Amino acid sequence: MLNPDLKLNPKIFDIDAEKKPTRDGYGEGLVFLGGKNPDVVVLTADLSESTRCEEFQKRFPRRFFECGVAEQNMAAIAAGLGVSGKIAFISSYAAFSPGKNWETIRTTIVYNNSNVKIAGHHTGIMTGPDGATHQATEDLAITRCWPNITVLVPCDSLEARKSTIKSADVQGPVYLRFTRDKSPVITTEETPFEIGKIQRFWISDKPDAAILATGYMLYYAIVAAFELEKIGIKSIVANVSTLKPLDKDTLISLGKEARALVTVEDHQTTGGLGGAAAEFYARNLPLPMEFVGLKDTFAESGSPSELIEKYGMGTKDIKEAVKKVISRKYPRS
Amino acid sequence: MELLTEQKLILLEENANKIRSLIIEMLLEAGSGHSAGSLGMADIFSAFYFHVLNHDPKNPNRPDRDRLILSNGHICPVRYAAMALSGYFPINELKTLRKINSRLQGHPHRTALPGVETTSGPLGEGLSQAIGMALAAKLDDKKYRIYCVTSDGEHEEGNTWEAIMFAGKLKINNLTVIIDRNNIQIDGFTEDVMPLEPLKRKYESFNWQVLEIDGNNIEMFIEAINEALAITQGPTVIIANTIPGKGVDFMEKDYHWHGIPPNQEQAKKALAELRTLQGKIESEHQ
Repeated sequence: MLNPDLKLNPKIFDIDAEKKPTRDGYGEGLVFLGGKNPDVVVLTADLSESTRCEEFQKRFPRRFFECGVAEQNMAAIAAGLGVSGKIAFISSYAAFSPGKNWETIRTTIVYNNSNVKIAGHHTGIMTGPDGATHQATEDLAITRCWPNITVLVPCDSLEARKSTIKSADVQGPVYLRFTRDKSPVITTEETPFEIGKIQRFWISDKPDAAILATGYMLYYAIVAAFELEKIGIKSIVANVSTLKPLDKDTLISLGKEARALVTVEDHQTTGGLGGAAAEFYARNLPLPMEFVGLKDTFAESGSPSELIEKYGMGTKDIKEAVKKVISRKYPRS
Repeated sequence: MELLTEQKLILLEENANKIRSLIIEMLLEAGSGHSAGSLGMADIFSAFYFHVLNHDPKNPNRPDRDRLILSNGHICPVRYAAMALSGYFPINELKTLRKINSRLQGHPHRTALPGVETTSGPLGEGLSQAIGMALAAKLDDKKYRIYCVTSDGEHEEGNTWEAIMFAGKLKINNLTVIIDRNNIQIDGFTEDVMPLEPLKRKYESFNWQVLEIDGNNIEMFIEAINEALAITQGPTVIIANTIPGKGVDFMEKDYHWHGIPPNQEQAKKALAELRTLQGKIESEHQ
């Protein structure tokens, strides 16, 4: 069942459940921060509207910088602002930032420990019709490998707003991952959010498996758990909204309870959540694992739902992965 | 900035020469590093640390300090030497350059050594960061000045031109850029590797004010710095024509010295030459 302690959206399984893109939450978070803290500045590289900076730009024009199509310049200008007392948010598509400007961010923001928040938009195959050039599916791999960075992947627009606002409290670089299309609002205003905390959104007694999900894919994981319960398979679904630093205590307790684990993400299964979980459990608590995500391939143009189906990342695939991991848990039976 | 007297000019030239000797000594000890560019910029760094900058070596994080950004981080020996000589840290520490547990990283790192404003080395990134600092100063209504030293070679990086375009657009007038125009880079002469000329006209067409000087002439450099301070309609660049390896005859204008240190024998020869030069500075001004 849905974890009652988290005050999640009770209408989550309704056909008319509210849907909103996580990028909207980013835009709302920026406006909130802009009003609260005069040191917050926002930069974009010709993507003000689609990365949802427009409202900030309207309200705080002096603190908004349009850099044109120049992601390296945007990142390094932000680095200069970030070491001069400002909290600088840079907004672009993740394929270009931190994709194209990776080394610039590495040197001038991350190693330099500048107070910059990197907002990567249009991530995952959910970006849809734009095609694989614009679907960032490696951004988690190339950011979480950096020392000294926090990586946040909000699961819905509300958590996106909370993540954006909380990221300003982190003294140093943060990567924030957002998506383009609408996705169900899983949480409510009352749902607690803390950077570095993995939360159990779906709970069961004596679970057969645990599902770790990140970003909007958490919704698919919860639906999978709901349907699995109907056929007698019990699971826990945990929301990994902070990919780095990992919540080690929760990962250990999840592993000990379930002894079998599936990761779910709209990202390559190498290097992202799947990679992070595999590294963690290999070191601390070896257990059978299955990985749902993009499997060593680029995707293509199409609607998000078509792509999810074609690339094996939907509810059906999660359910199969859970069954498979449970079968591996008891190899002799 | 105080007035440049004849006496002060002698001090700056002598300090430039001391900086050169320290560069040779530290590069010899390190066993690797960049000789030519470091020596070529000794005059400008002497002028910065002992005349131009509003700074306090004993209080390197003072909020109202001028910012000196070294974009071409590989010539950091000249910065380290100037910093040590002006009192940021003991001169002895220069011998730790590029060694384990040192604050003097092979390419400078902001959080390792107070007084270093950016982490640099990968080329083409300094000007953008300088612009960020200039914007912060404007937002906070602060009067400090941003100086950014760049190399000519890093004008081959796209990021440099992105930054030049941006500063021209926003007419950033609390920023002065200095180009170390020494015509060499690792693979050869800049005009052979990738022609940069006409550099002056390129900057002008991006709506910058351009001054061009002999970068080994301290008096001329300080004059240009003052001229740039008076220009308010936009950003200013000083193209400083320098001699790579300046002060050491066998290194001058030879691109092979871009990225290597002297050996024991070469260092001895270089230091002897610099000692003679010290005498020359003194006698020239008498």
